[in-house]
This record gives sequence, C-alpha cells and structure tokens, in this order.
Amino acid sequence: MTTESKKKEPLFSAKNKKLFSLPLFGNNPITVQVLGICSALAITVKLENAVVMAISVTAVIAVGNLIISLLRNTIPSRIRIIVQLVVIAALVIMVDQVLKAFVYDVSKQLSVFVGLIITNCIIMGRFEAFAMANKPWPSLLDGIGNGLGYGIILVIIAFFRELLGFGTIWGYKIIPESFYDFGYKDNGFMILPPMALITVGVIIWIQRSKNKDLIEKN
Amino acid sequence: MQHSNSYIFRYSAIMVIIVAAMLAATAELLKPKQLDNIRIEKMQFILSSAGIRVEKKDVIPTYNKFITKELGVDLSGNIVSIFQNGKQEQGTIRPFEISLKEELDKISKGAGDVVLPLYICNNDGKTIFIVPVYGKGLWGPLWGNMAFADDMNTVVGATFDHKAETPGLGSEIATTVFQAQFANKQIFDPSGEFVSVSVVKGGVKNSSTPEAHGVDAISGGTITSNAVSKMLHDCLINYVPYFKKDQ
Repeated sequence: MTTESKKKEPLFSAKNKKLFSLPLFGNNPITVQVLGICSALAITVKLENAVVMAISVTAVIAVGNLIISLLRNTIPSRIRIIVQLVVIAALVIMVDQVLKAFVYDVSKQLSVFVGLIITNCIIMGRFEAFAMANKPWPSLLDGIGNGLGYGIILVIIAFFRELLGFGTIWGYKIIPESFYDFGYKDNGFMILPPMALITVGVIIWIQRSKNKDLIEKN
Repeated sequence: MQHSNSYIFRYSAIMVIIVAAMLAATAELLKPKQLDNIRIEKMQFILSSAGIRVEKKDVIPTYNKFITKELGVDLSGNIVSIFQNGKQEQGTIRPFEISLKEELDKISKGAGDVVLPLYICNNDGKTIFIVPVYGKGLWGPLWGNMAFADDMNTVVGATFDHKAETPGLGSEIATTVFQAQFANKQIFDPSGEFVSVSVVKGGVKNSSTPEAHGVDAISGGTITSNAVSKMLHDCLINYVPYFKKDQ
C-alpha cells in the first residue's frame, strides 16, 4: 500500500489525472507495453467492430478494477488469480449477453473475440499490478485510462483498414466513385491480419519518433 | 496477509454463489431481447429466399405483409397446423416456432408425429412456397430455405447458411453467386418423379445430371457441396406428399 496517501486528496489531483492520461499515450498498453495485440489484429477490419470492442474492454477493465480494488483486502493471496479470473469472466459474459441483446449483428461479427476478452492480458495485468494495491477511485481511473488507451489504438487501426480496405468509414462510402473510375482499387490486403500488424508498427514508429523517451537504450 | 484454509473455502463459495446469481439474472433479463433478434434474423432469412431483401429494422412488418400463411404439414401431406393473419387457425404449434432439426431427428427415428413448417409468401400476386432445409456440413450444421413457384416444382430462390464451413471453400454456399444458380431449377422430372436438385462436382455441363436438376459445385468444397445435395434431397422429400396433393 505504498501509493496510498495519508491525507485526503482531491478527486482529480494531478496524480489521479496522470493515472487516467498516461495509458492513453505515454504508457499505452498496445504500442508501449505491447499487450493485447491479438485482438487488435483480429477485430479492426471495421470501425464499428473496433468501437464496440473498445467500449466492451473499457467497461470490463474499469468495473473489474473497481471490484478488485474494493475487495483487495479480503482476497486471499493464494487464490487471488482465481478471484481475478472469476471477476473478468463474469463481466465478459455479461458484456457478451448485452451485445447479443442490443447489437446482435456486431456481436455475430465479433464472435469469439468477445469471449476472448477474458484472456486479454491488459485486464489481468491491471488487476494484478494496480487494483490489488490501490484504492477504488484511482483503480477506476486507471481502468478507464487503460481501456481507452487500448480503444484509441483499435479505432486508429480500424479507421485506416476500413478506409483503405473497403473505401468506407462506419459503413458509409467515403472514397468517391470517380476515384474508382480512374482505376483506384480497394486494397484487399488491408483486410488481412498482416496489414493490421504493419499499421500497429507504423503507429509505434510515429509515437517513438515523437517521444524519444520511449526508445529502448540497447 | 496469510488467510486460513477455511477462510479461502468460505470466500470462494460465497464468491461463486454471488457470481452465479448475477449471471443467471443477466441471462434471464436479456433473454427475450436476444430471442427477438434470432427470430428477426430467421424472418429475414425466409424473406430473402423469396427475393425480398429488407433491412433488420423493417423485418417484422415486411414479414407480416408478405408471408400470408404458415403451414405445418405431416409426412402424408396433410395440413395439421395453420397460422394466418397473426393467429393460430388450426393445430397448436405455430409453424414458425417448429425446430426443423428436431422434426428431422424424429423422422430418422421413425416417430410418427412429425410436423414440418412451410411458409406461403404472396409477392405481387405470385404465390411462393418457402421450405426450410437443415443438414450436416463438413464441420457443422447447414441450413437454408428453398422458395418454389406455385407449380411447386420450379425453384424461385434459395438461401443457405452454415455454422463453420471452411472459409473460402465450403463457406461459399452462403454467397449469392452460388445461391443464384438455383433459380429456375426443378425438383420433379417431366414424369413427376422427385429428383431434387444436386450440387454437381465438375460442373453440370460435364455430367450426366440434366441441366434442370443440377447446379455447379464449389471447387475445393466437395464435401460441403455433397452435403448441400444431401440436405436438399433429405428435407425436400418429406414435403413431396404435400406438393403432390396440391399440385
């Protein structure tokens, strides 16, 4: 409990704001920690899927972080991983049920990847590394921050893949018909997983060239 | 902090009970909404076999407008159930709610009380008979709908879907290119004998199958193609007595 401070601090203190904003860019779970890559490759073909996935993961990680943090002093350390998994699994099943009820088509396209949020290492990582040792409020912020940090990258990748792969954004045609008349073609390769990996690579490259601190020394 | 074993047991027991109760509540609460989605998808699928494409949000009114009658027929071709104008006019079970899979299981076990669903669609004064089909694919179930003109012989349209056929090969049965081949095929030969429509490996032109009873198979998807042939034959043959009676 080293991070807990003795006196009451304001809800949006500089430290708390940092918890929220750091994972968005400086310590992004995908581009800096390189976690959650598999789902970033799998479901970023269309913007709508990426947004639904981002919201789902953010909801799971934020609520999960809050629950784990509230329970942190009661969880027996010998079964803490099991408790964390139960919390994640329960939340993911709920998210899956909600998606099936309200956005049926998207949930069919996301198919197994909603269930696979359970294995998303970002969530386990935040529970174990942060929520187990911090108060509920900072944990909630940390959860939302990490969820959105993951989501932003997903949305950026999906934006380029859908634009270049289908010529659409959110299902609406963006590239004008006249381009096609001049011989422009949608790039089918963008729809395949390798291009998602390359897009992630380009994002990491741009981010590190802007922020030299992130470049490893060796 | 080290907890005692009994604490760990109590902790996990309580946790599991709470989580189970929460999940059960969520599932029960959202079930009606989820079932609605599945029903809407089924309606959309039935409509599309008759050539009526419609957006998800307009499915229910369109379905009620075009599908004028739902029939349940038994194996000797008698009508045992009629659902019309939003109410059950004969029989007890609405044909739309019949699980074709269970009825086919009954047939293979030789049970007698089989009721098969059949949808009658009225599109611009043309009567279309829509027959659902269900069968086994390579990796999982296949299903679909066959739409027939009012001679109960000529195919108007077909839609197929699958659970897990090989992407790019067997899964091509779900494409409109494959399904469009079925239009104008016939399931009875000129003498009135039931022959179904087969999916022919190597192309209909190069085979002994008459053009009217065959469509081209999918390269590399032979097992799925054969499965479609078998599904069509095994499902449609149950409707033959009804077709014969009404023809």
